[in-house]
Amino acid sequence: MRIALFITCVNDLAYPQTGIAVTRILERLGHTVDFPTAQTCCGQMHANTGYRAEALPMVHNYVKVFDRYDAIVTPSGSCTAMVRDQYPNLHPAAAAVAARTYELSELLVDVLGVTDVGAEFAGRVTYHPTCHGLRMLRLGDKPLALLRQVRGIHLVELDDAEECCGFGGTFALKNPDVSTAMLTDKCRRILDTGASVLAAADNSCLAHIGGGLGRGRSGVRVMHYAEILASTGAPA
Amino acid sequence: MSQHATPAHGGGRITAPLPFPTAARPEVANPQLRANLRRATHTIRGKRRRVVDEVPDWAALRDAGAAIKADVQRRLPELLERFEDAATAAGAHVHWARDAAEACRIVVELSRAAGATDVVKVKSMATQEIELNDALEEAGITAYETDLAELIVQLGDDTPSHILVPAIHYNRAQIREIFRRRMADAPPQLSDEPRELAEAARTHLRRRFLSAKVAVSGANFAVADTGTLVVVESEGNGRMCLTLPQTLISVVGVEKIVPSFADLEVFLQLLPRSSTGERMNPYTSMWTGVTPGDGPQEVHIVLVDNGRSAVLADPVGRQALSCIRCSACLNVCPVYERAGGHAYGSVYPGPIGAILSPQLTGVADNASLPYASTLCGACYDVCPVKINIPEVLIHLRQQAPHPVAERASMRGLSWIMRNPRRWAAALRAARLGAGPLGAARQRRIGARTLRWLPWPGSAWTQSRDAPLPAPQTFREWWEKR
Repeated sequence: MRIALFITCVNDLAYPQTGIAVTRILERLGHTVDFPTAQTCCGQMHANTGYRAEALPMVHNYVKVFDRYDAIVTPSGSCTAMVRDQYPNLHPAAAAVAARTYELSELLVDVLGVTDVGAEFAGRVTYHPTCHGLRMLRLGDKPLALLRQVRGIHLVELDDAEECCGFGGTFALKNPDVSTAMLTDKCRRILDTGASVLAAADNSCLAHIGGGLGRGRSGVRVMHYAEILASTGAPA
Repeated sequence: MSQHATPAHGGGRITAPLPFPTAARPEVANPQLRANLRRATHTIRGKRRRVVDEVPDWAALRDAGAAIKADVQRRLPELLERFEDAATAAGAHVHWARDAAEACRIVVELSRAAGATDVVKVKSMATQEIELNDALEEAGITAYETDLAELIVQLGDDTPSHILVPAIHYNRAQIREIFRRRMADAPPQLSDEPRELAEAARTHLRRRFLSAKVAVSGANFAVADTGTLVVVESEGNGRMCLTLPQTLISVVGVEKIVPSFADLEVFLQLLPRSSTGERMNPYTSMWTGVTPGDGPQEVHIVLVDNGRSAVLADPVGRQALSCIRCSACLNVCPVYERAGGHAYGSVYPGPIGAILSPQLTGVADNASLPYASTLCGACYDVCPVKINIPEVLIHLRQQAPHPVAERASMRGLSWIMRNPRRWAAALRAARLGAGPLGAARQRRIGARTLRWLPWPGSAWTQSRDAPLPAPQTFREWWEKR
C-alpha cells in the first residue's frame, strides 16, 4: 500500500516530532511512507474563517499532490475532517482522494487492523478527544484503543472530555474572552486528573490547551498521541 | 410579495447592538451569571440526554422531522395558502404581515377594536422578535406576560436570555428580589423556595386571566390541512390565555407550518424531549378557528414573514427555518454557557441564533454572530431536526464583511500556501527567523514558547503561551534522513 503522509502546515512548522512519530510507527509496522514535498496546507483556516475563494487553490494542490496514493494519513483530526467533509463540496474531483484520507487512528485501526503498535511509555496520561475528531470523523474509541495497548502507560479518564477547549481556529483570536473561559475549564478538568501528560489528536488544540497549561505553570506536558505510540520506552 | 422582488430582511429584536466579543466580555466576567448558566444548562443537558437515549428510534424521528421541514420549505407558499383557507373556513381571521412593524400594527389595531386596555400573553418567541410589548405600550395597552420566566424578565425590566428559559440568567434568590420589588401583591415574607415563588406568581396572574378580554399567543405548529394552531407548554398559564378571553390573536412565523395533522406525531415526540428533557410536556393546546360557545369567539392569526423569505431564498441557510425552538443547541453550547444569551443581542441566542439572526437581518447587520462559535459541532449532534449549524455558520462567514487587515493577511497566506516552492521557502524563513529566539527561550525557560506577542497575536498571548517554529521543520528532517 502506498501511504502518503500529509503533515499539515502547523505540524511541518512547529511540531515536526509528530510527523517523525507517524513515520516511525508505520515503518515499524512494515509499511513504506512517502512524503510528497509539493504538499502545503489543507485550507481549513481560510475556509472556516469565511475565505472560501482563498482556500480553493490549496484544495486543488492537495488533490493534485495526493491523488495517486492508496492512503493518505494525517496526524490531525480537524485537517482530516476538512478534507473528508468539505473537499467534496469545493472540488469536483475531490471525493475519491477525500475518502482515502485518514486520521492516524483510522488508518491504524480501520485500514491496517492494528491496535498494538509495540509502544512503551511510562507516565500518567489523560486524553482529550478534539471536537472534529469526535463529532465530524466519529473517531470514537480508536485513539484510546491504541493508547490502551501501550506498555507502561497509566491512562486516566478526563471529565467533560467531549467539551470543546475553546480553540476554534480564529475563534481564539476573535473571541479571546469566551475562548479563555472555555480553556480555563478544560485546564481545570485536566489538572483534576493528576495526569502529567495530556494527549490529543490535534496539535492546534494542543497548542491552545498547552499554551494555557504553560501560562499557569501547571507542569503538565501536552503530546500528540502519535508521539506516545512511537515511543519505545527509551528516554526522549 | 412579488415573485421577482428580492425578499426583504426583517426587523425587531434580532440585531446585536454590540459585536458579540464586546458584549460577551462583561458577561464572562460575571460570577453569578456564570454559576447560574453552568448549573442550569448542565441540568437540562443531563435531563435531555436521559430521555433521548431511551428512545430506540430517535435517529429515525430526527430524519422524519428534518424531512418534513425540508418538504415545507420546498412548497411553503402553497401550504400557507392551504392553511389560510382551512383556518378561515373554521372561523378564524388570517392576516399577513411583511415585517415586525406591520405585525405589531395589526395586533395593536385588533386589540383596540376589541376594546382592550390590557392583554394577557402566552410565552411566544415571535412576539418577542417583533417587540410587540413595546408597540402595545406605545398604544396605551399593557401586555402581561403569563409564562413564569417571561413574567420574571418583564418585572425585572430585562430581556429574555434563553429561548425556553428566558430567565435562565437568574437564580431563585434574584427572582425573589424581583418579585419583592416589582410585584405589588407579593407576600411580604416571600422566601426563595420555588414553590412559594410559583404560588406568588400564580396568585398575581389569576386575576389577569379572569379579567382579560384579549390574549396574544404564538404557535409551535400551524397545520396546513386543518388550519389548526398548536401551543406546547409546561405551566398551564398558556391554556388559561387560550381559553378564557373573548379574543385570541396568534402571531405565527410563516415557517411554523406543517403539512398535515399526522406530522405532529413526529414533532410532539421530538420537541419536549429536546427542550425540557421531558417525555411529554404537561399541556398541549390545539385549536381550529372558532368553536361556537366554547373558548375565544374572535380568533385572529397573524402570519409573519419578517425576513423569513430572505432566509428561504438561500439553499444552504434555509435549514435554519426548520428550527422548532427547543433550545437543545443552547444547552450544549460551550460558548452560550459562558457568554449567556444577552451577548447575542437577539431574542434568538446560542448556536441557532448565530445562524438565524444574521439571516433574518442580512449578515452585514449581524456580522459578528457567525463567528461566535468554535465549530465544535455539539449543536448539530443534539438538533432534533438535524440543522447542520456548523455548515451554515461557515456559509454565513463567506458573506460577512471581513476586516481589512485580516483579508490582506489571509490573501497573502493563501498566495504563499497555494505554491509548494513559496510555502517551502516561507517555512524555512520562519524557522530561521525564530531560530535564535527559540534557542534562547529553550535555554531560559526550557520551552520554545513566547509569553507575549504584539497585536493581533496579543489576543492569543493574553491567556496562552504561543508556540515558536521548531529548530528543524518536518520537511528538513525528511530531506536529511
